[in-house]
Amino acid sequence: MHLLKKILAASAITALAAGCTPSAKNDPIATSGVEPTGAIEFWHPFTDREAKAVDDLVSDFRAKFPKVTVTVKGEQDDGKMIQAIGAGQGPDVAMSYSTDIVGRFCSSGAWIDLNQYIQRDKVDLNRYPQVIKTYTEYRNKRCAMPFLADAYGLYYNKSIFSDANVTAPPKTLAELADLAKRLTVKDKDGKLQRVGFLPLFGFYENSPSHLGPMVGASWLKPDGTSNIGSDPKWTELIKWQKELVDWYGYDKLEEFRAGLGDEWSAENAFQQGKVAMNIDGEWRLAFLKDQAPEVKYGVTSLPVNDMSRSGAGYTTGNVIGVAKTSANQEAAWALIRFLTTETSSIVKLCNGIRNLPSTTDARQSKDLVVDDNYRVFLDIHANPNTSTTPPSSVGAAYQDEFSAFLQQYQSGEAADLAGGLKKVDDQINNLIKLAG
Amino acid sequence: MSTLVTRGAGRPGTPWRKRLTPYTFVLPTLVGLGLFLIYPLLSAVYFSFTNIRLETLTDPPSFVGWNNWRFLLEDIRLGKAIENTVWLVLVMVPARMLGALLTALFLNQVKRGRGVYRTIFYLPALAPPVAATIAFVLLLKPGTGPVNTLLAKLGMSSPPLWFNDPDWAKPSLVFLALWGIGDLMIIFIAALLDVPAELHEAAALDGANAWQRFRYVTLPGISPVLQFAAITGVIATLQYFTQAAVAASVASGSVTAGGGITNVFGYPNDSTFTYPLRLYTVGFGTGALGYASVLSLVLFAVSLSATLLLLRRFRTFL
Repeated sequence: MHLLKKILAASAITALAAGCTPSAKNDPIATSGVEPTGAIEFWHPFTDREAKAVDDLVSDFRAKFPKVTVTVKGEQDDGKMIQAIGAGQGPDVAMSYSTDIVGRFCSSGAWIDLNQYIQRDKVDLNRYPQVIKTYTEYRNKRCAMPFLADAYGLYYNKSIFSDANVTAPPKTLAELADLAKRLTVKDKDGKLQRVGFLPLFGFYENSPSHLGPMVGASWLKPDGTSNIGSDPKWTELIKWQKELVDWYGYDKLEEFRAGLGDEWSAENAFQQGKVAMNIDGEWRLAFLKDQAPEVKYGVTSLPVNDMSRSGAGYTTGNVIGVAKTSANQEAAWALIRFLTTETSSIVKLCNGIRNLPSTTDARQSKDLVVDDNYRVFLDIHANPNTSTTPPSSVGAAYQDEFSAFLQQYQSGEAADLAGGLKKVDDQINNLIKLAG
Repeated sequence: MSTLVTRGAGRPGTPWRKRLTPYTFVLPTLVGLGLFLIYPLLSAVYFSFTNIRLETLTDPPSFVGWNNWRFLLEDIRLGKAIENTVWLVLVMVPARMLGALLTALFLNQVKRGRGVYRTIFYLPALAPPVAATIAFVLLLKPGTGPVNTLLAKLGMSSPPLWFNDPDWAKPSLVFLALWGIGDLMIIFIAALLDVPAELHEAAALDGANAWQRFRYVTLPGISPVLQFAAITGVIATLQYFTQAAVAASVASGSVTAGGGITNVFGYPNDSTFTYPLRLYTVGFGTGALGYASVLSLVLFAVSLSATLLLLRRFRTFL
């Protein structure tokens, strides 16, 4: 009963709030060159080392704009931000670690359209790769700016490769499957002791969004409805993955997976040498350096089904915007502009957090600390075939619904792939319709 | 109102004042019920016909007719959520009641150290649900958890995968619930102590054995408390959320995964995906509060029906 009461009470409070809180401001913006003043609140999701890097950068902003007072609140997730903005409160500047939020925030107006500021201040958006521009706008409404970027590649354990006389990482899906089998070790009872590649959807970063670029699969049609069931590339990827899962045996893989440590802990399976190859983001470089410096590893781009797409991968990033409830949107924009357009800021943050720079000039900056592994991710990010998940009015729901089906399909509980994908399409389209 | 008070104040003891007095006593409760139950309930009904979204609560929503209600029949993830929740209600509630009753009966028989045992059995109920669930998942973790290590040492070649096996995930949640039966146990102990001892003595003199005394003296004596436990248990299990969400996140190996919510709920293979989790993912993950209102109204209706059924028919279960 408690949950129900909470839900009901929340409804009452939000309904009351609806009548008492101001709606979005539509005041004309100031002319160019006006110095921002006043107080703003900045929410971001980072913690510890990464939060410190953000704090340092905000200090630089304070020095440059002494008339703006910035209150920084870390460890703020999307849920808190959405509820706060929805209730007419919350931050002036809000950051999300997921681009999935952009469609919802742009379509609903929860984050304001930044185009007016961008045009006034003549911000050159051509400095950003096309893929970044794609995930920071929704239907020509640019409500977000890219904070930093992430890219996904294939990590491989050089020691395991060397022991098995493997000289090069896989370039194609077929090679990945072959190597996965070759590098797998079982005990006398057939139990998995080490896997070459753990193909289960749901394991660590193995989501359809991260694996989809290996075949160039697409998510949505131009009209915003689901394209999953219609795109044969998804079927190709799923069949490849299922074949590999069946080679291992789903139950055996789940049994093996159950004994692995948490992705973000030092017990991470790749760091422990229990998985020879693993798909992960560039941030794993910092984790490896910090938690498993003894591991000899290499990084390469995602294996692909078609070599013409070699070097491509999945990219995403942090996004930042001005909440519609902000009472000081001018100062909020000043902070966003400082964090996302100034090369020195971007480079400093990249070196601190070890994510990827979002602009081409930051990428080429001599101050950017680059090693061979980091460069692999820079190249993946810059590859013209690298793709992202498109913004949608339902956020990440289209990915979640698809993932739920994939879990059932890989376990064998769902057998009809085409029929299942059709149902996923219908489900997503219904959710999009409900979103209005 | 002010007019009435002014007139009444000058003439204490008039019919007006007499009639008004009891209403003033219940007024705070009526205001509370109206503000925190009736108004939100009616709001939910209204919202269920709109496209209200989480991000824009301050904007007036548009009317969408029966769209949200129609999706209730088309939502392909709802069936599994209902199935899991019904399973938990049918298994977890009786298991907790039986476990708590047996423990209470046992503790009532203990002569020495009763207080210590009561404390030991009650303590798990004090553990915060999130911490308790994390601890339980780690205890039962295949490969590294102490439970499976012990089972392996005892000669079991393939111990269960517990929270990582779709067939064992819900039973594992039941074990977790059984571990925390202290709250029910205390109530049952109090109820058992309230059963008049002379009834037991009379039954014994009449030749009733231990089972007959339990069946025909103890059970009827504590039936109101059992009814209370059943009703609150069913309602709580219909709203089962925290333990299912945490267990899935921890067992999946992505406890601090980015996006924040929803994509690991139900792991493994939607076996722990409950109705409230569907409500949450729709409302907070997708932001579709209109459809979430539909789900909450259905949950309310089911909870109310279950409560009425148990209030009227509980004795038939005894």
